[in-house]
Amino acid sequence: MAVLDLKRKLSILSDAAKYDASCASSGSSKRDSVGGKGVGSTEGMGICHAYAPDGRCISLLKILLTNFCIYDCAYCINRVSSNVARARFTVQEVVDLTLGFYKRNYIEGLFLSSGIIKSGDYTLEEMVRVAKSLRLDHDFRGYIHLKLIPEASPALVLEAGLYADRVSINIELPSDASLTALAPQKDVRVIKKAMGGVRLAIDEGREKGRKTRPPKFAPAGQSTQLIIGADACSDGEILNRSARLYGGYGLRRVYYSAFSPIPDSSRSLPLERPPLLREHRLYQADWLMRFYGFEREEIVGDQGNLDLAIDPKLAWALAHREDFPVDVNRADREALLRTPGLGVKTVDRMIALRRQKRLRLEDVKRLARGVEKVKPFIVAEDWSPGSLTDRLDLRAQVAPEQPRLL
Amino acid sequence: MNLVRLQGPTDFEGWRRAARSLRLRGVEPNAVVWAVAGEGDLFAEPAGVEDGPPAGPGFRTPRAFVDLAEEVICHRDGERFDLLYRLLWRFEREQTLMLDITDPDVARAREMAKNVSRASHKMKAFVRFRRIEGLEPEAFAAWFEPAHFVVERTSGFFVRRFTGMLFSILTPDLCCHWDGEALSFSAGVSRDQAPADDVLEDYWRTYYASIFNPARLKVKAMQAEMPKRYWRNLPEARLIPDLIATAGERTAAMVASAPTQPARHAIKAARAAARDAPFGEGQPRSLEELVAGVDGCRRCDLWKDATQGVPGEGAALARLMFVGEQPGDQEDLAGRPFVGPAGQVFNQALEKAGVPREETYVTNAVKHFKHELRGKRRIHKTPVTPEIVACRWWLDSERRLIRPRVIVALGATAAQAVFGRATPIKANRGRAIQLDDQAQGVVTYHPSFLLRVPDARAKAEGFAALVEDLALAWKLAA
Repeated sequence: MAVLDLKRKLSILSDAAKYDASCASSGSSKRDSVGGKGVGSTEGMGICHAYAPDGRCISLLKILLTNFCIYDCAYCINRVSSNVARARFTVQEVVDLTLGFYKRNYIEGLFLSSGIIKSGDYTLEEMVRVAKSLRLDHDFRGYIHLKLIPEASPALVLEAGLYADRVSINIELPSDASLTALAPQKDVRVIKKAMGGVRLAIDEGREKGRKTRPPKFAPAGQSTQLIIGADACSDGEILNRSARLYGGYGLRRVYYSAFSPIPDSSRSLPLERPPLLREHRLYQADWLMRFYGFEREEIVGDQGNLDLAIDPKLAWALAHREDFPVDVNRADREALLRTPGLGVKTVDRMIALRRQKRLRLEDVKRLARGVEKVKPFIVAEDWSPGSLTDRLDLRAQVAPEQPRLL
Repeated sequence: MNLVRLQGPTDFEGWRRAARSLRLRGVEPNAVVWAVAGEGDLFAEPAGVEDGPPAGPGFRTPRAFVDLAEEVICHRDGERFDLLYRLLWRFEREQTLMLDITDPDVARAREMAKNVSRASHKMKAFVRFRRIEGLEPEAFAAWFEPAHFVVERTSGFFVRRFTGMLFSILTPDLCCHWDGEALSFSAGVSRDQAPADDVLEDYWRTYYASIFNPARLKVKAMQAEMPKRYWRNLPEARLIPDLIATAGERTAAMVASAPTQPARHAIKAARAAARDAPFGEGQPRSLEELVAGVDGCRRCDLWKDATQGVPGEGAALARLMFVGEQPGDQEDLAGRPFVGPAGQVFNQALEKAGVPREETYVTNAVKHFKHELRGKRRIHKTPVTPEIVACRWWLDSERRLIRPRVIVALGATAAQAVFGRATPIKANRGRAIQLDDQAQGVVTYHPSFLLRVPDARAKAEGFAALVEDLALAWKLAA
């Protein structure tokens, strides 16, 4: 086999990693390199060091250790039956690239994933070696995200969590049936068990009031990714899966990745990509579940799909006109959060401001950055929507003319 | 007319001192002209503010204003000193002015603060260091053009992040230098003072081009976060036009290329693996088979939302077997019975009764965690009869493999599973009940029931009863 130079490897192994949507580098414990012998810091909010023309943030060096893989998952560019070019980094090469990029302020840290070579244990062991070397040999205090191999032994998973800020296991498909059909070697039971183990380790690492504090395990928690549009699952099924993952395993994030055509696609997949808007609506619904007090059933039925033309909160409000208008000077936080056009920040600012004065429409306009969408649903000091809330053509009035994302 | 000349564009201390003195002397905002030393101003001679006698009593400045002013002073807009003094002046009459975010002065100041904070954030993001060749230890320098005067307020971030590295950040306004021990500043320079290239930039561009997915072009989203004004100092930005131009073509080529057939050997291997999966319909012949079988069980639907089947655990030849209701949240995650809060109560009761848990076998009537979601929490839900019946297959197998002398049913669900019929606890506890398979049965409260009893006395009584029953069972098993 020809020896590949480092630049070619980097090209192959970052191309192979780009279908993972996660790039977050926030939410870890605060630390910096003062008093250390290396570099690195995490100060809560992650930083996006660049943006690619696909609008995605580049925060981490997101690469695969290798894209050789013994699995044959139909949606994956690295599946064993794909004709893609293959490469493999050495542990040292990944360490050097990470530090080199970090010192030039290109990145917040490393996001390391891998195809499965030999066995789950062997693969994860190699990945852990990278993280361990960065932390112990170089005193690197930047961000590290490791993609765990669910089949690996629990002891290795525990070790990974000692060096990583975040760990993740991709569940990839919303239903167990499609996982079996499209990823024959993956076993949803193994994935769930691994997530359960990670959750227990994270909880234990956080337990307060213990005399001997155990080492912190993955302080930025765990996340996962679902591929959208590679199977026939409805949005209801997808969100149901997410709700269960948040509830069962305390995930920080579920990422939704619209299935994207890959250079060498499998026959069992649709060639057409799903609209990116669907991914966007799923994120909005996900936010409603996590920060706005909505239950999944309120947003979409089991087999239902989200409305692509309007956002899910507006859709909910239009179907629940009896709950509106909401008085911005009196309503409780829960009711304000359910009002279209009002986000968490806006609502909290409104509540702070209304201790000082009666809110007028002008105030709402400044706080909410735009008022047309909000107007029919609220009462303010100098504003009442009258019959506007109940008008049959309200949807046409408040719906954006053309969805921005296609 | 009062002229105030500040030491530099971000001389907050100078502004604060002057503003304080002016305000104490009752000088109205429109009678003050602010200038920065060295910036071409209309008045040739420098003039400080004379410390004249104050015209009124002292005053207090709201903390929120000071925080805001420290940011606003870093804005490039020449109006900033004036605006801040006008706000300070207005506090005398309008004490809650800062809260009125709809006031034009307040709104403008807040907007300026936001611009500054954004410029500082973008500096953290877009500074690109280049290695200075030939220096050991490694030293780096960056050329950067900040949108506002944010070098001082942002330099601390770079020190905290790159403590173990020597660096300079050069800008047209001000430069900062870290020598490994101290941070220093020097006057602004021109870009030719910075290194022209870095060997890793080519690698960085390779990464940037490869991580981009041409099938999801969103140029506006990119530009909103990476404004063009920063592009000329970003090594990767020169690739952007070409990446955008060729994206459509690349995507079309991907879609048009004929799909390949999955490798036949992979499909064959997967089928073989599925066929050899450890789940069969035959009764388990060992505890190992039972463990595998429980995890793969599809006899009812509870497996769908659970993490795993939780089999019993303990001594293979135990004389005493405990049967609980079903795994809870913690048991579901860990794959082991009685490890959560109820498990702790259970362990305390065992200890009190003098029963060594490791010599017993502990299991549940139902092996998967039944629950419903409430927000982000999984709330326990009592299993219904069909689920209990479906799962008896496993409980009976455990009884057959272990052959305990005594079986303790903890709670009503377990009692139903063990005795095959509803067996009220209060009426039946405290005595041995003969079972069909020659074992003796004992029924008592479930430990989690005690967790839910609100009254402390009733709780203590229940716990005592539980201990009593456990001791009885241990005696019967001896």
